[in-house]
This record gives sequence, C-alpha cells and structure tokens, in this order.
Amino acid sequence: MKKDIGVIFFLLAAISLIIGLIFGVISAFQFLYPEFLREVAFFKSRPIHVSFVVAWIFLSSVGGIYYYVNRVMGLTLFSRPLAVLHAWLFVITGAGIGISYLAGEFGGREYWEFPVAFAVPILVSWILFAWNFFRTVNRKKGPWPVYLWMWSTGVIFFLLTFSESYLWLIPYFRDNIILDLTVQWKAYGALVGSWNMLVYGTAIFLMEQTRKDGTVANSKLAFLMYFLGFANLLFGWAHHLYTVPNQHWVRYISYLVSMTELIILARMIYQWRKSLSTALAEFHFFPSRFLAASEFWIFLNLILALAISIPAVNLYTHGTHVTVAHAMGSSIGINTMILMASMCFVATAVQPGSIVKKRLLRMRIGYWILQISLMIFWLSLIAAGLYRGIYTISNQAPFQEILDGIRPFIFIFAVAGMGIFIGLLMLLMPVSDILFGFLKTTDKKNG
Amino acid sequence: MLDLQVTFGSDVMELGTRRLIFFTLITAFVGYSLLIYFQGAGKNSELVQLPHGAREGKLLFQKYNCIACHQLYGLGGYMGPDLTNVISFPGKGPDYAAVFLRHGTNRMPDFKMSEQEVGELLAFLTYVDGTGISPPYNARINPDGSLTLPGEE
Repeated sequence: MKKDIGVIFFLLAAISLIIGLIFGVISAFQFLYPEFLREVAFFKSRPIHVSFVVAWIFLSSVGGIYYYVNRVMGLTLFSRPLAVLHAWLFVITGAGIGISYLAGEFGGREYWEFPVAFAVPILVSWILFAWNFFRTVNRKKGPWPVYLWMWSTGVIFFLLTFSESYLWLIPYFRDNIILDLTVQWKAYGALVGSWNMLVYGTAIFLMEQTRKDGTVANSKLAFLMYFLGFANLLFGWAHHLYTVPNQHWVRYISYLVSMTELIILARMIYQWRKSLSTALAEFHFFPSRFLAASEFWIFLNLILALAISIPAVNLYTHGTHVTVAHAMGSSIGINTMILMASMCFVATAVQPGSIVKKRLLRMRIGYWILQISLMIFWLSLIAAGLYRGIYTISNQAPFQEILDGIRPFIFIFAVAGMGIFIGLLMLLMPVSDILFGFLKTTDKKNG
Repeated sequence: MLDLQVTFGSDVMELGTRRLIFFTLITAFVGYSLLIYFQGAGKNSELVQLPHGAREGKLLFQKYNCIACHQLYGLGGYMGPDLTNVISFPGKGPDYAAVFLRHGTNRMPDFKMSEQEVGELLAFLTYVDGTGISPPYNARINPDGSLTLPGEE
C-alpha cells in the first residue's frame, strides 16, 4: 500500500499554515514596533505570511480532493506519479519563494510578490493537478454532484485567473496604471472566488458525508446557489476598485452582482432556528463542529461583504483595516474552519476514534481559543478600519495622526492574533500527529 | 449548521439546464473581460503611455515591494501612507518623497537606492499622480449608493 497522496498534502498544508501564522504574528507586532526583527522587516514578513497562508488553503483543498475522489468516491486516481510530482513542485517552489522573500528578492505584485520566474512552476504544478483531476473524475458514471462542478470550476478558474494576473508582463496593460489595476483586481477577485469554489465544494461534500444524504449535492437549490456564487466570481470583484477612476459600468455591474448575495443572507436567516438545533445535535463530532463555526463566520462576513460592496460605505472602508477584517474573516473564519473540518474528517477516517483518545480535551480548548481570539481580532480590525476611514475621508487627518489613533486597536489585534496562532496550533498538532501516524503505518505495511 | 433539506431542497436540476447556465455565464464572462481589456480604463484609456523613467520606476516599485506597506488608489499595505498623490499633495511633493526614498525612516528601511533609481521612482509616482485622486475626499454619494468620483461630473 502506497502512502496516501491526499494525506501528504494535508501534512504539507499544516506545515505551511504554521509558517504562515508565525510570520503573521511577527508582522502584526512589526506594525506596532517597526524595529522588531529588522532582519525580517515588514516588507518581507507580510508576503511570507500571505503566501504561506494561501498555500495552506490550496494544499489542504487539494489534499482533500485527492483523498475524497480516490478513497471516498472510489475513483482510481488517474496517475499517482503525477500527483507526487505535483507535491514536489509545490514544495520546491514554496521553499524557493520563502528564500527569495527572506533575501529581499521581489519583482511581482501584491500577493504574488515573488520573482516572476516562480509563476512558471506554480502554473505547471496546477496543470498537472488539473489533468490528473479531470482524468480521474471523468470515470464517474452519471451526472456530477454540485461539489464536482465546484471543484472543476475552482481548478479551471485558478489557471485562468492566475494567468490573467500576469497580463502586466505585456506593455499594453503595464503602461496604463488604471487599466493595470483594473485587470489585476479583476483577476485577484476571481482568483479568490476560484479557491472558494474548492473550499465550499469541500464543505458540501463533508455535509453529504456526515449526514449520509446523497440527495444534498444534486438538488436544484444547491445548483442555483453554485451558479449564484459562480456569477459573483465572474462579475462581482470590483468592490476593490470603487475609488479607481475606471469606467462607471465596471463599478455598477459589480455593485449589482454583489447585492445578489442578499439572497444567500436571507436564506441563512430564514433557516436559522432549524439549523441551530441541528448544529447543537452534531456538535460532538469535530468535522461538524468546524462546519458549524464556518456557518457562523459566513453569516458575519456576508454582512460585512455586503456592506463594503455598497460604494457609499466602501468610500469609508476601502484601503482600511475593514478590508483586512473581511479578508481575515473569510480566510480564517470560513476557509480555515472548513479545511480543518476536512482534515479532521480524514483523520477520523484513517484512524477511527483517534481524536477521542487523549486528544479531545486539548482540541476542544484549542477550538474555543481560536473562536474567541478570532472574534476579538475581527472586531479590532473593523474598529481600526472605521477609525481610519472616517478620519481620512471626513477629517482629512494626517497619516501619522491616524496611525497613533488606531494603535490601541492594533495592539488588541496583535494579541488576538497570538491567540489564533495558539488555538490553531492546539488543533493542528494532534490532527497532524494522527495523519503522520497513518503514513508511518503505511510504511510499516510496505516494509 | 445548514439544514440540508431546507437549504438545498430535493428537486434535481436537469443536466442540460446546468450546462446551459454554465456556458451562458462563461460566454458573458469572456465578452466582459474583452470589454474591460479594451475599454475598462475609461478616460485613462487615452492617456499617453508611461513617460521615460516611469516605466522603469514601476518595475522598481515592484522590485522593492513598496506595495507591502504603501497603497496606490487604496490598494496595498497599511504600514505607510497612500502614495497616489504624494507628488501634488499640499506640503508634500517630489523633494519630500525623495528624502524618504534616499534615507528611509524608523518605519521604512533605507533601501540604499541609487540616484537613478530615486529619479525613476519619482517619475512613476508623478505619472500615477496625474491619473486621479486617492483617497477621493470629494466623491459625491448618489441616492442609489453609488459614487461619483472627483472629475467624473
């Protein structure tokens, strides 16, 4: 029996998240004390934090997909060597990017600040994954459930939007800053939508599995929600650009499309009472517990997303920590909760009962430290952002004065960030230990 | 937790309908993307190309990862101020910006840039300054919640 490639991806994801969290804490304190760890100054620590946290989302999503299509859906993986090559390319590229950041070698743009050459192996590794994924899932008989549509959309649109984010290499785009910013954030908005497709597809898959209800992922409403999310991925990204002097219609279309998310919000409120009783009934099971947390954070972040999608509100929140609250709320509160649910689900599948033995109390404490810290973290960012937005737009206050004003909020944010780090570490270590133990068992069986 | 029956219902969507919606959205996306590529910059579509030095300055802006701390049009990091109008803002200007580029501050590292690099970065910031205003202090909020940016009347 060969080592499970999905489990290997989960372990790589866990390492990536720990690195990302360490640099997240460092950069938060550097915001307060810029002299702190000057060798890894903020302009280095921030991209390391962002890149490794994004890598966590990708690696754990991909790990889940490899595991589920093969072990749960019973589809033989088209090519294991391709998946292994995919993993190695990701590891080598990730290490190269980390080293280049530490050495102060950049060249790209926000979020992909690494030298452009690293984009090539990222693209190649993703093409390998796409090829392997589609050749595998094509073996499935009958109509695809909604999560296969979502994963497919995520896989294809990552390729498209990642490529689109490099259009700046062509002088036609690069030489006009307004066009360049518009295309850059068009690509980034859809790119985030593409990894959300991978993550939300995982959430629906897990719901189907934990509830043992095969009709869930084939219903009409599931597909309507998927298409609504897809339309937002394609057309709802311009809230980043409301204050950029591009065409009016770019901003109007995005405003209108973003407001369709009110349908999702209304649906959540409508079913709240019934959902709550189900959540409480299943709270003992760790994957369900994380899914319940993700639902809570979806609700809060959806309200925030809708608010900042209204241009009149966006005027005060754009370029402030409210935007960071939205990004962090989504990546930790929604994506990480779903991906932790996925990791726990796989850990429970490979070693039944393993979470209950000895590890349960530590994980329960870690879970609550994470939730409470995240709430404080999220609220302090919103408070800092609103302060900055109002003092910038209404008072036209100088930058330094605003910086001094938000300092207490940033201090709370940095301390809460440490809480998130501790909480996630208390959850990641036991689950990684179970998965690592499973890989070692596989080794012994081979031996 | 979502209640599955309530959330998703049980009716099945036909495969043909799924494909029709999917490909309609994809077609609209392709058309919209092309429109943005060729018309998306608005009045800035007619701007002359980046002047001499500004093109190199833009690449230096990326090389030194300025966006980790600074913003252009509110997009970027929060450690330092938005640089969109640093060249024309009252009390600032090219000489003011050059001091930061040459020496850094307690919040900004000294990158030990050459005079040529300082000049090229200033050329880039001067170009950006001419494209618009950020933050848009005088933006008008319309009754439908949309914004009219300065200069768009």
